[in-house]
Amino acid sequence: MLQTALDIQTIRKDFPILNREVNGQPLVYLDNAATSQTPQQVIDVIVDYYHRYNANIHRGVHTLSQEATDAYELARQKIQKHFNIGKIHEVILTSGTTHGINLVATGFTSFLKKGDEIVVSAMEHHSNIVPWQMLCERTGAVLKVIPMNQEGELIMEEYHVLLSNKTKLVFCNHVSNALGTINPIEEIIDAAHKVGAAVLIDGAQAAAHIKPDLQALDVDFYTVSAHKMCGPTGVGMLYGKEEWLNKLPPYQGGGEMIAEVSFEKTTYADLPHKFEAGTPNICGGIAFGAALDYMENIGFGAIAQYEDELMQYATQQLLTIEGLRIYGTAKHKTSVISFNIEGIHPYDIGTILDKLGIAVRTGHHCAQPIMDFYKIPGTVRASFSFYNTQEEVDKLVEGVKRAQRMLL
Amino acid sequence: MTDKPPSCTFEQNGYMTIQEIQEEIVDEFSMFDDWMQRYEYMIELGKSLPLIDGQYKTDDNLIKGCQSKVWVHAELDGDKLVFTADSDAIITKGIIAILIRAFSNQKPQDIIDADTAFIDEIGLKEHLSPTRANGLVSMIKQMKLYAVAYQTQIN
Ligand SMILES: Cc1ncc(COP(=O)(O)O)c(C=O)c1O
Repeated sequence: MLQTALDIQTIRKDFPILNREVNGQPLVYLDNAATSQTPQQVIDVIVDYYHRYNANIHRGVHTLSQEATDAYELARQKIQKHFNIGKIHEVILTSGTTHGINLVATGFTSFLKKGDEIVVSAMEHHSNIVPWQMLCERTGAVLKVIPMNQEGELIMEEYHVLLSNKTKLVFCNHVSNALGTINPIEEIIDAAHKVGAAVLIDGAQAAAHIKPDLQALDVDFYTVSAHKMCGPTGVGMLYGKEEWLNKLPPYQGGGEMIAEVSFEKTTYADLPHKFEAGTPNICGGIAFGAALDYMENIGFGAIAQYEDELMQYATQQLLTIEGLRIYGTAKHKTSVISFNIEGIHPYDIGTILDKLGIAVRTGHHCAQPIMDFYKIPGTVRASFSFYNTQEEVDKLVEGVKRAQRMLL
Repeated sequence: MTDKPPSCTFEQNGYMTIQEIQEEIVDEFSMFDDWMQRYEYMIELGKSLPLIDGQYKTDDNLIKGCQSKVWVHAELDGDKLVFTADSDAIITKGIIAILIRAFSNQKPQDIIDADTAFIDEIGLKEHLSPTRANGLVSMIKQMKLYAVAYQTQIN
């Protein structure tokens, strides 16, 4: 048995979905890197919002609107505290990581000129590649890529060589969704700052496993999605340093983001509202706060430790299967195992596992450059959360063996 | 047809209508008790059939944007349309074998009119879901498009 301070069986009772069956088998949910499951405590908050105080925020004098506004702003405070963000108005509520990245990438259009350079890592999610490519097209800036080694670690010597006074922006994920690698973001941020470049860290994959201290990191931008950390879909957070957020132009125009509007001239609202045009995902924001409460209550230290043990165990067990290769064997990694079996297409393994009630992801995981690097069409990816058990890992391993017997 | 794939045994079904072939397939699958047997059979089909001549495994014939790649090629043989296809995933290939058995060596108009409900009946519906990203839905569309194109040619 794995050693853990967590009472996993009690925790599992919080997640109603874990009781369901898939194809006549108990669900084994190992696609947490795509989206995590939602505990009853968060579902209750969502239901309560619609039962008691559904109203538009920041605009009504009536009680419901006040209550909804208070709850939404309380969620913002919880986010601020969780990520240790200096100022409350540096917390921009978004629809998710992708929204946050696009907001920054679009905002930088007027700050870049031809010949400027943007540095991005070789293991990015498409949502942290395409917006920068679009920014390059608009501005004539050039994209430079930090290469990685066979283990799936960034080659930091090369990163330092890439940096120069032409570098204006650096983008990197904190944790790779396809490989699980935890990137050395402290070093990345410090080095970028030495040449005067701003840094955006995509924390989508990290935030469910690591509690980052954004002030200590001194990062310029950090983005997350609530749905990867026990919250609902369609809501997330963009942290930006105040000085940057003041400099960046608004991303979308609309209600909420203005101070005064006339047809001659509009003045924009103060932070954070300047970047929060239109009616936001109010219920989602409130539920995001509840999700952080839930995870904090279990404790990120205990979560990280347990997930690490689970991943080590799964790695050992999977490697007993002949012909199985794991992609992403970085020294520092978390909760993701990407693998293939020699001679078998990942889609076939995923199909058989689904029949056994085991949910994994197959394909390129929105990170095609990584697949090209390894010259494979994709991988099978099992990703773990604190509510997964050792027994579920055993089922995965058994399932993969069964698939292998059927397919080879 | 000159370059026929070597062991394409389905040619003999040329005298059956699409409807009859589909019923035959449904009958065959009704012998299986559970998904394991169905899948094992499909995997067998997938493994045993070289479905496309190498020269047609081109980017032009590739259905893109899917997790598992699917290639389709069509050729007219008299008044019948003959399909060959392949995939890099074995289960996908198994279903392709079934689809080819049903639709290949048939008149273009019959292919245009045919439906694929029998896939549901043999318990493989999920593979024809448009969200499945295995290329099969696009493959069927492509087969019908070929049929439309050749039908115009015949007319
Ligand atoms: C590393 C990484 N970045 C960005 C994203 C995009 O997140 P979202 O789709 O929630 O905007 C994901 C989600 O898969 C991710 O894993």
